[in-house]
Amino acid sequence: MIACMARSPVLTFTEKGIYCPAGDFFIDPWRPVDRALITHGHADHARPGHRRYLATAAAAPVLRHRLGRIDLDTVGYGETRRIGQATVSFHPAGHVPGSAQIRVELGGEIWVVSGDYKTENDGFCEPFEPVACHSFITESTFGLPVFRWPRQSETAKRINGWWHTCIAEGLTPVLGAYSLGKAQRLLALLDRGIGPVLTHGAIEATNQVLRAQGLALPDTVALTPDTHLRDHPGALLLVPPAALSGSWARRFGPLSTGFASGWMQMRGVRRRRSVDRGFVMSDHADWSGLNETIREIGAENIYATHGYTEIFTRWLTESGYNARIVPTEFNGEDSESGNAA
Amino acid sequence: MKAFAALFARIDQSTRTSVKVAALAGYFREAPMQDRLWTIALFSGRRPKRAVTTRQLREWAADHAGLPLWLLEESYPVVGDLAETIALILPPASGGSDHGLSHWIAYLKDLPNLPEETRKARVLAAWDRLDSTERFLFNKLITGGFRIGISQKLMTRALAEATGQDPSDLAHRLMGDWTPDTVDFETLVLAADPQADASRPYPFYLSYALDRDADTLGRPQDWTAEWKWDGIRGQLIVRNRQHFVWSRGEELMTDRFPELARAVDALPDGTVLDGELLAWENHAPMGFNALQKRIGRKTVPRSLLRDAPVIFMAYDLLEWGGEDQRGLPHATRRDRLRAALADMPDDRNLRLSPCIAFDSWDGLARVRAGARAAHAEGVMLKHRDSPYLDGRRKGDWWKWKLDPRTIDAVMIYAQSGHGRRANLFTDFTFAVWDGDDLMPFAKAYSGLTDAEFREISAWVRRNTQQRFGPVRQVTPHHVFEIAFEGIHESPRHKSGVALRFPRMARWRRDKPASEANTLDDLRRMLAACG
Repeated sequence: MIACMARSPVLTFTEKGIYCPAGDFFIDPWRPVDRALITHGHADHARPGHRRYLATAAAAPVLRHRLGRIDLDTVGYGETRRIGQATVSFHPAGHVPGSAQIRVELGGEIWVVSGDYKTENDGFCEPFEPVACHSFITESTFGLPVFRWPRQSETAKRINGWWHTCIAEGLTPVLGAYSLGKAQRLLALLDRGIGPVLTHGAIEATNQVLRAQGLALPDTVALTPDTHLRDHPGALLLVPPAALSGSWARRFGPLSTGFASGWMQMRGVRRRRSVDRGFVMSDHADWSGLNETIREIGAENIYATHGYTEIFTRWLTESGYNARIVPTEFNGEDSESGNAA
Repeated sequence: MKAFAALFARIDQSTRTSVKVAALAGYFREAPMQDRLWTIALFSGRRPKRAVTTRQLREWAADHAGLPLWLLEESYPVVGDLAETIALILPPASGGSDHGLSHWIAYLKDLPNLPEETRKARVLAAWDRLDSTERFLFNKLITGGFRIGISQKLMTRALAEATGQDPSDLAHRLMGDWTPDTVDFETLVLAADPQADASRPYPFYLSYALDRDADTLGRPQDWTAEWKWDGIRGQLIVRNRQHFVWSRGEELMTDRFPELARAVDALPDGTVLDGELLAWENHAPMGFNALQKRIGRKTVPRSLLRDAPVIFMAYDLLEWGGEDQRGLPHATRRDRLRAALADMPDDRNLRLSPCIAFDSWDGLARVRAGARAAHAEGVMLKHRDSPYLDGRRKGDWWKWKLDPRTIDAVMIYAQSGHGRRANLFTDFTFAVWDGDDLMPFAKAYSGLTDAEFREISAWVRRNTQQRFGPVRQVTPHHVFEIAFEGIHESPRHKSGVALRFPRMARWRRDKPASEANTLDDLRRMLAACG
């Protein structure tokens, strides 16, 4: 009798988000719930309004900074927690500092929710660790074979070369990057031999949170309304993408604008953003990263979410996986969204 | 290809015209002669003969990358450019090459005569020796359409800067029927007495739309007005007892319009007229629809010559007695034109575009209001003292078109754009109500701001009902005001009508879908002005 009963799956997809019936919790839900497990602090994953939050200790300061006073419990990477019938643990996703994949085990069956991840070790956030599982819910923001990232060192060389040229030509380089993750990753790559880095308020606020939790970030100068470029010869301005266009940057005189993002792989997007230089650098897995990860973890069932899900699942199905699309309200197939970088 | 790829990168990486021109001028000073010549050719819309079909190119690329063809096909609309898609999916090259642009063009030129397997092997071998930018350009040479942010005008400016020539003179030299195989750089650009080319047209003078009140233009008596015809702008050239017909797109179209062959009997050698090609019947234009049938055909069947006969409506005189007239005041050129065409028999198919007499701007506005009855789009204003310039210039010439007609329609399908607009939904199909059904009747892809395109794209992603390849059927919800220039009957369209130059004039967020216009409204417009 009992053996015949269909067991409910470890994770299900509801209109509030990914749900675990056995533990009565959600992962990165987009509507207010009682208990939310959060992979990382980006706004499309960590939303306000939940009653209880659980995240990694390394992600906690940013979550508090962004969401204010929340009921937040933390775990270390690899540490297991029992929630209801389910056993959960958080594993490095390599996306931004503190980011995690969430592993859920129930009666020997293992599911992993990747959140956002990248497989290249950027030398800055906790490097990605593949987690063996039966079912893998993977992001596929860049799930097309046209997305293949150059090595970080190559891109860094290009950015520093551009910075050099700008200074030689009397232009101020303004580099756009998402304020949590990408900006700090870049800070470590920018060559201070050329000049100082001046940071926009939105980025500096995140820098302070990360410094306070013990991350070693190179020195920055916060831009204020009183900042004069003549006091900082050779400076590069690091700003959120939104500040690249519009009037904010223009007060700094003749500029050259750059933008660091995976979307910069495509000429069409580069031209639409009207930036002078596009630098291909992403905090998401590229085509090879996605495929290698899926091969490595040995999952039979793959659920794709965010991005080119239909194409990616068709590819996986033809490659012999049992692949499906996760219904999601947030559609990351969007080169305009600031997060999807 | 390295130097050309570096040039491309510099052009592509800058949004500033001055930087692009400087990069190109530098290239024109330093590159080998044959590479310079090909660069001029590519940036003026001339390209090597297609050596490989794009179908083959796709198959070979997918094969080489170890991917199924469908995956390449699905990636293409996201990237928006086939040459780029292929460059991105190919595995990294194993070697490099120091060969220049013209080497690779010659390499491609040899391909058509080879068996397919050899052709494939050659293309794969090329991919394996080119880095990603070089590959993109190599693919572009095959797929054609070299639009990379350098207009012919900018290229001409850069070439003028590099050679010290006069830009207008260069523009003139670069027109015409040359290819890098028929001319060399020296002859085309530098030689003091370039090979006389009887067919060579003058650069067209293009006008802007009037962007102010007509009465701010000054005294009416300083201006001439004539109908703005809805045809194809062209130049009719008679030299050495031959005639040539050029379109504004610098296409030589002589053979497409045999009606104009008798111009040789009507005009002396050394004559160049600027005017409009119009389908013409019973002393009136037949509308652009009739002319459209003639445009795509290199040779014309007799029946079409009968159904859509074409005339040349002349409105300016650029050369007379072999002398360049462009520096003369418009009024003088106009007088000479009138004299040249006086007593022209009808069967020469050459007509003088009449001047519209007016003594006040209000009076002209009233005449303009009747433009549709005269089968015109509005009126053209030309300053009596104006010389004939080249390119699009503001000040002396204005087109003063009728306001477009508009209809409110519901968006029902969306497709992503190409190039700069890849990955954004920009190509939409619109429908009007036919009873309780929505009847598609027009496609439009321009008229919204970038911000509006981003907003509607995000909406399309969330409101896709069904997908047909790259096309998405969306919830019928948003109403757009569609502006268009003309409407005519079309048995090929399910709605029975076709619009000329439809575009989105406004996003009508204030209107629910139920209040969009109906098919009957469209039919009434057709009856009123078709």
